[in-house]
Amino acid sequence: MSGFSPAFLSSTSNSFIELARAVAPEALPTTAGHDLGHLAPEGTTIICFRTATGILMAGDRRATIGNMIASHSMEKVRPADDFSVIGIAGTAGLALDLIRLYQLELEHYEKIEGARLSLGGKANRLASMLRGNLSLAMQGLSVVPLFAGVDEATPAGQIFSFDVTGGKYEEHRFHSIGSGSGYARGALKKLWRPDLHTDAAISVAVEALFDASDDDSATGGPDFVRQIAPTIFTVDLEHGVVEIPSADVMSIAIEVSDRRTRKAQS
Amino acid sequence: MSQAPFYVSPEQLMKDRADFARKGIARGRSVVVLRYDEGILLLAENPSPTLHKIAEIYDRIGFAAVGKYNEFETMRQAGVRYADLRGYSYHRSDVTARGLTNAYAQTLAGVFTTESKPFEVELVVAELGLTAETDQLYRLSYDGSVIDETEHVAIGGQADDITATLKDLSTSVLPLREVFDHGVRALATAASGTVPTQDLEAAVLDRNASGHRTFKRLSDAMMAQLRED
Repeated sequence: MSGFSPAFLSSTSNSFIELARAVAPEALPTTAGHDLGHLAPEGTTIICFRTATGILMAGDRRATIGNMIASHSMEKVRPADDFSVIGIAGTAGLALDLIRLYQLELEHYEKIEGARLSLGGKANRLASMLRGNLSLAMQGLSVVPLFAGVDEATPAGQIFSFDVTGGKYEEHRFHSIGSGSGYARGALKKLWRPDLHTDAAISVAVEALFDASDDDSATGGPDFVRQIAPTIFTVDLEHGVVEIPSADVMSIAIEVSDRRTRKAQS
Repeated sequence: MSQAPFYVSPEQLMKDRADFARKGIARGRSVVVLRYDEGILLLAENPSPTLHKIAEIYDRIGFAAVGKYNEFETMRQAGVRYADLRGYSYHRSDVTARGLTNAYAQTLAGVFTTESKPFEVELVVAELGLTAETDQLYRLSYDGSVIDETEHVAIGGQADDITATLKDLSTSVLPLREVFDHGVRALATAASGTVPTQDLEAAVLDRNASGHRTFKRLSDAMMAQLRED
């Protein structure tokens, strides 16, 4: 070993992906071959909406391969950094890799530049990562993220949705992605209000995911046997990204389920 | 006359380069890195609020430097790239100060012997251990030589004065407030005067940090609070 290679010493790039592509392309996610979509776990519902103080994003925990449930405890919503969250629907392995790569991309930029990217900058960075993944999407391994966060310029927060070609769209109230997204969005249309505070917001999120899991086989509801609750994160400028403890989500899920049981039996 | 007309002996060549690098480093203010009971404090006299001498490399690794800004900035960025790539290819816990220090040492030694001029920098690489016993401090010189220290380490023009002031002091058992005080006093003694808070740059690697990233910059307000006694 003889110290750093020139790629490490050049000061031209603040992107981790560019660096990895230059010096360690084998570390980046790639596949060879044709349509692999039927082999890999997938499926999800991710929802995201504005709250009174910022943003809430929530996701179910199920992953499926065809009609088999591959995982009951996958976490498809993760913090991207201290002030933004990302949720991903699509091929599970690639989705998790993309989240990890994106988290690192933001951290790398922050360390190299000594400052965070703006929220719009983060969204554009994610869009260009998706464009880079287009060849994977053509093989049936598509991933579609939902990204949201706050920054000083937009303290109320912004929500961005994407498509596999890297198209970026800002959503102004609420949005959902994944196989159960239609059902969840229907619920949000009725339940969402602009002034939801934390507990009410969690309750709305659980209701929407409940509806999605009710009608979509690839979306899992709250698992009362294993005590697995949907992942829920809130983001605001004061506290940054906060994960709602699973026990709190579970107790709200029990309320929702009780309410629905009573309605069904009345 | 078979000898080349401009022959310079290797000894003289190395000595000239070392003198050149030392002179460049001596012009700048010093940096001191001290262990405290719950972490590692990196402290510098640096009037600029944006051109940092202290930086985060990775979750538990901090970086401090003196000398020529563009040269140590190149080293800092290389360190971040090395650490992030290693952490991504393997696992976050596989990024170690020892590996990073080796890469720095090789690079500095290579530049020192083969380039037209050596890097005028001195570096400290600090790693926060999971327990206090596994904390590590490495000091790197312009020629790639490495020394590991146990309690505290100073670099820069006044490094010897600072080391003399802190001699025999075991900072690793003291709380942050006291260690900060010792550090500031040592910097002030070496600079033969007082150092106003706005001329200080400080950061800690905090063993009690909640996330995986333990590096935290101390704002002027936090430093002023630490100095109040």
